[in-house]
Amino acid sequence: MAKPRVKISKKIKKAEPFEVKTLISHKMESGQRKNEETGENFPRKIINTFICKLDGEEVFRVKLYPAVSANPFLSFYVTAEKSGELEFIWIEDDGTETQYKKSFEVPA
Amino acid sequence: MNDQNVNLCGMTRRLMVVRSAALAALLASGIAIGDERIERARAAMKKLIGERAIEDGGITLKTPSIAENGNTVPVSVAVDAPFTADRYVKAIHLFAEENPAPEVASFFFTRASGKASASTRIRLAKTQRVIAIAEFSDGRILRTANEVKVTIGGCGG
Repeated sequence: MAKPRVKISKKIKKAEPFEVKTLISHKMESGQRKNEETGENFPRKIINTFICKLDGEEVFRVKLYPAVSANPFLSFYVTAEKSGELEFIWIEDDGTETQYKKSFEVPA
Repeated sequence: MNDQNVNLCGMTRRLMVVRSAALAALLASGIAIGDERIERARAAMKKLIGERAIEDGGITLKTPSIAENGNTVPVSVAVDAPFTADRYVKAIHLFAEENPAPEVASFFFTRASGKASASTRIRLAKTQRVIAIAEFSDGRILRTANEVKVTIGGCGG
């Protein structure tokens, strides 16, 4: 599907929320756009779910609707007691999943 | 030269009159659609909130006051409330009252979020109110709305 990009804050402190930014290339076809050739709308095809897990446990989730722009950008916060790994999952209408993992370090 | 009946767009006066009438009709139906959409948005929010009491304010909702391109309008939401073991912000929902569908996005937080703050970019079909509704784990509901003027609507909205 798409190429994800993830940026995790460099200034992580133990037990304090740090920012995570994600971007994925995707058309987010809303189902409202008209195909001038056929006169019908292009069928809806969007990423409808985003999940972020911290060491395997869900920490943040988004339900996306067609009103989210193409190449959906999401930023949010995560709090961790120790260094770990964040897993990101984007799920499309047809069930296709894109996964990405990125580890981060919490200074002792 | 007798081109007084031709305006800058090359339209004759007669055509202008015809088009104005058509435009007026279109606008009238546009207003009707607007009302219908606001009703639909209210129904969607009501479904979410149920019979719970709504407190106005308490959410930091950041949107541009004027969006030149309705296809990508930056939005950020946050609720400044501590995340404790027994109480935290469970979700923030975004609605665009006059889009073809009112739902925009729902952010679901957990205790490990540590902070109810999120941002994204959204599509707005036209000038309208963007509404954020926050739900606490104990059922408390907050609501904040911002008007966003849209110069070129996002057709996808």
